[in-house]
Amino acid sequence: MVVVLGIESTAHTFGIGIVSDEPRILADSRFNYTPEKGGIHPREAAESFIRSGPSVLKEALDRAGLSLRSIDAVAVALGPGLGPCLRVGATTARALASYYRKPLVPVNHAVAHIEIGKMLTGARDPLVVYISGGNTVITAKYGGRYRVFGETLDIALGNFMDTLVRELGIAPPYVIEGVHALDRCSEGGRYIDLPYVVKGQDTSYSGLLTAALRAVRNGARVEDVCFSAREIAYSSLVEVAERGIAQLGKSEILLVGGVAASRYLVEKFRVLAEHRGLNLYVTPPKYAVDNGVMIAWTGVLLFKHGVTVDPEKAVVRQRWRLDSVDIYW
Amino acid sequence: MSISIGRVERVIYLGAEALVAEGEFLGYRAVFKQRLRKPYRVPELDQEIVSKRTVAEARALVNLRHHGVRVPKVLFVDPLAGLIVMEKIDGVVLRDALQTIDRESSCYAMSLLGEEVGKMHKLGVAHGDVTTSNAILGFDGSVYLVDLGLSKHVEDVEDMAVDVHLLIRVLESSHYAHREELLKCFLKGYRKLLGDEEVREVMDKVAEIRTRGRYVEERRIRKSN
Repeated sequence: MVVVLGIESTAHTFGIGIVSDEPRILADSRFNYTPEKGGIHPREAAESFIRSGPSVLKEALDRAGLSLRSIDAVAVALGPGLGPCLRVGATTARALASYYRKPLVPVNHAVAHIEIGKMLTGARDPLVVYISGGNTVITAKYGGRYRVFGETLDIALGNFMDTLVRELGIAPPYVIEGVHALDRCSEGGRYIDLPYVVKGQDTSYSGLLTAALRAVRNGARVEDVCFSAREIAYSSLVEVAERGIAQLGKSEILLVGGVAASRYLVEKFRVLAEHRGLNLYVTPPKYAVDNGVMIAWTGVLLFKHGVTVDPEKAVVRQRWRLDSVDIYW
Repeated sequence: MSISIGRVERVIYLGAEALVAEGEFLGYRAVFKQRLRKPYRVPELDQEIVSKRTVAEARALVNLRHHGVRVPKVLFVDPLAGLIVMEKIDGVVLRDALQTIDRESSCYAMSLLGEEVGKMHKLGVAHGDVTTSNAILGFDGSVYLVDLGLSKHVEDVEDMAVDVHLLIRVLESSHYAHREELLKCFLKGYRKLLGDEEVREVMDKVAEIRTRGRYVEERRIRKSN
């Protein structure tokens, strides 16, 4: 049996997961940085990780009933993400690997979101829609890599949603009981005209954001703007996914990443799946958001294929692209 | 007495966005492009997208044809229904033609494609989806561009470069053995319209697009057996 400890610290979550290759989740500990106002402040997030890191690690080991000596490898998300946050996880991982003489496994955060989704849902060869605060990517595996079929040309879907509600003065907190503030303010809204942008296989949300805020300044009802902005943002994503399905001939769709927890977006994909006769797989919300378990599980896959890195070379990569990672399984 | 203005005979292609069928219209052999409703969009948005794109495509076809680019003649447009009826071009999809005709003819066809794309770019319009599947080698010996659904006004050299980049990607995937030669032939025709300097500028941008987003720094990873 192979047991890997995984460390996640790319953005607002410092998480440690311990996973075996059966596969079994042996531990899942997390600390979430929540800004009092505004978005993530990278340095403050990193400082909060440094304060909470040791107890998160201890909690994970206690849960699993394991000591660091009995772990086979340490996996860490080296990117993509926010530099100061990434460095906390990387430093922790390098220290643990060196001190306990454990192999160090470099994990791409985006690959990890996909792999945990596949493992938990049983999807085999899906078109993957990866949607979170920092990423909006439509991808599928061929030729040994996750190839990017479409992506956002500017800001990510989650970033769009968070920024809109923040500028409207109704967040943070962005998500209450699993429902995003954008979903709340959309209630009772009617459709008004806002720019819908799809460029080939790519989406774009920055123009929509600007237009939505301008509409509110010009006196449009907030619920109408929320409803329409959400409708347009989600629909353009589903449209690009549908193009990918048609072009690549896939019969499965897998939703991964934090925004996959949005029930309203899942509903839109459900309609698409029914319409085209596809199987829809949705990563359970608990593991769709950032967590250490997904890093540990991807670490298991990589470690079993011999992918490790020397601690002195394990530097963070803030813009480590999904399609630059070789997938051996 | 009833006069039939047209009839649909068979579906040629069902894509993500539209259904394309062949038939007869006002005595012409015709192609019907029907944009599809999407149940995942609210009706108001769905209507707007379907109508806008239908109008944009029809407008591009008429405008380009008026200026001498070889594209299908528009016979009928119904923006609300999302329907465009156009004249059918007698010929073979270029992608298939390139598999059967000899090297010299292939090169000639590609140079004609280059001329048509060059004409478009000179008029300030980018195709948005230049592939060998979206070109028809007519039985009259001309090359026609079809599917203008993603066409747009050229804002800068990037839009032109994207057209060339898309074509190169298709040559690499569908015509791998002759990709370099076919590209050279395309550029010969393209250069005829745009001139050396502008083509050089476009190709520099193409090179940039192709390396964009790639990170040269490669982590040293060991792969076991």
